Amino acid sequence: MRQNREQSSKIRIPLGERIFYMADNVLMILLCVVILIPLIHVVAGSFSDGTKYMSHVGILLWPLDFTLEAYEAVARNPNIWTGYSNTLFVVFVGTVLNLLFSLIAAYVLSRKNYMLKRLFNLMVVFSMYFSGGMIPFFLIVRSVGLYNSIWSLIIPPLINVFNLVIVRTAMLGVPDSLEESAQLDGAGHLTVLFRIITPLIKPTVAVIALYYAVSHWNSWFNASLFLKKRNMYPLQLILREIIIQNDLSASSTGDEAFFMSETIQFATIVVATLPILCVYPFIQKYFVKGIMVGAVKG
Amino acid sequence: MKTAAADKILIPRQPFLKRLAKDMQKNWKLYALFLPVLVYFFVFKYGPMFGLSISFQDYKPARGFLKSKWVGLKHFENFFTDPYFFRLLKNTVTISLSTLIFSFPSAIILALLINELRSRKLSRVVQTVSYIPHFVSTVVICGIIQQLVGRTGGITMILANLFGIEPTNMLLETGYFIPIYIGSDIWQNMGWNSIVYLSALTAIDQELYEAAKVDGANKWNQMIHITIPCLVPTIIIMFILKVGKMFDVGYEKIMLLYTPLTYERADVINTYVYRRGMENAQWSYSAAVGFFNSVVCFLLVFVTNTITRRSGGNSLW
Repeated sequence: MRQNREQSSKIRIPLGERIFYMADNVLMILLCVVILIPLIHVVAGSFSDGTKYMSHVGILLWPLDFTLEAYEAVARNPNIWTGYSNTLFVVFVGTVLNLLFSLIAAYVLSRKNYMLKRLFNLMVVFSMYFSGGMIPFFLIVRSVGLYNSIWSLIIPPLINVFNLVIVRTAMLGVPDSLEESAQLDGAGHLTVLFRIITPLIKPTVAVIALYYAVSHWNSWFNASLFLKKRNMYPLQLILREIIIQNDLSASSTGDEAFFMSETIQFATIVVATLPILCVYPFIQKYFVKGIMVGAVKG
Repeated sequence: MKTAAADKILIPRQPFLKRLAKDMQKNWKLYALFLPVLVYFFVFKYGPMFGLSISFQDYKPARGFLKSKWVGLKHFENFFTDPYFFRLLKNTVTISLSTLIFSFPSAIILALLINELRSRKLSRVVQTVSYIPHFVSTVVICGIIQQLVGRTGGITMILANLFGIEPTNMLLETGYFIPIYIGSDIWQNMGWNSIVYLSALTAIDQELYEAAKVDGANKWNQMIHITIPCLVPTIIIMFILKVGKMFDVGYEKIMLLYTPLTYERADVINTYVYRRGMENAQWSYSAAVGFFNSVVCFLLVFVTNTITRRSGGNSLW
């Protein structure tokens, strides 16, 4: 019977569907709230008074006795500044080199008329599914002399095969005729790559650039393997000392550190996370366009 | 190489190396362009694979890869008889199966729900908000987790009030480790992982829905007969990739969250490799354990891919 009614009233939305839409809206709004609450807690905590926070129990949605003293303590901490500049260096230099290498590699892999094409592609894809693992990787990086060098955060992760395959797939979608006509006009490989193909796959390049930049910004593990000198530590390693190992000497000095340790942790989190969150909305519009699933097929 | 040979089927076949030399002469600019990439792959992707040879040696850094003593399968035998072997295997499989059962479908469901939202504005807001946690670093996520599930943390308090659990530092209790790990994984990645499904959903031909409506299909029928079948290829690809990563469970996060108190449930193969290799400098033994892990990963992708391909579905290759 219900079926009949729905058939007869095509213009009006059936009751069942209306309930579904309502429930869907409510559910999605709830989801947003659940996702945001931990982040709100962090931000509210970072503006709170240290001693007040220590005796606080449960979720925090608003600062307790609004104060900036945690941020002042963060700003006074020299480790944060060196960490910041190390990370910025790695993010900028690293991402530029990542893009350069990935674009060149994807360009060669997506060309058609040379003999070793299949071999090169196989070589790249195989490394996506099989790896030597942590220990040999560490030993290789050490044996090529990158141990205790900031370049150990840039050169070993130069190409992410997953990203490379996405770029390659995007390049395969560019019509050959464009390249051919450019070559007739005497354009070389680099001109074709950077003047013709790259602008055409801008959404993909933007997304990949974001991927690389975010992974540099957030990575800590390789740094913990390869860097021994504190002055080279990227921000995330300093963060780990402050918020995971709760190492007060890294966060601040003196007695204030004890009472403010938690609010300082929150302020550090905010300072370390805000930049990346500010970048991503600008690239968001490319996400759905830039990453189609076909892209990951080998 | 086969296709290249097929292209030249009319030319009398020359020896491979001669043809290659000719091709390299003709396309030398292309090969030159690829040379740095080739070097990179040899050193940093294939280098470690050859470096796995140390798992058959008693590797001494002073002697290097070539001069260390060969010991055959000693380290593998030691690993299989290691008292922790079964614990590591069990934890690795439990954690990765749990992500497969809980995290994996959550992204698909979220994509379907976002897709059904009638307000574009709300849909954009939900997407923007649900992607945010993905951009937060593992270190920060673990810091937040520590705060929220501590003795007076927000989540501990909510659970204590709702279910009357004893408020303790949940990270120090073995039983809570996997729920915390999975829960935070869903929180962090559900939105981000839904993107591929959303892009697959936008690619569905709207005429299919129009036709179904004319035939009297309601929303539910449309979902079952159009939306989900159109998503299946994407789901299969993501599933194979996920299975391939099964033995590579997010060890960075585990390493930040676990303590010796929770090793019982939290210690996985990769974290064990780290402790034995990086902390105790047992290079060869830990390389052998890592080798085992890599082989299992590879076999898993290979087998799943073969199964889905044989059964007529989508596959990676």
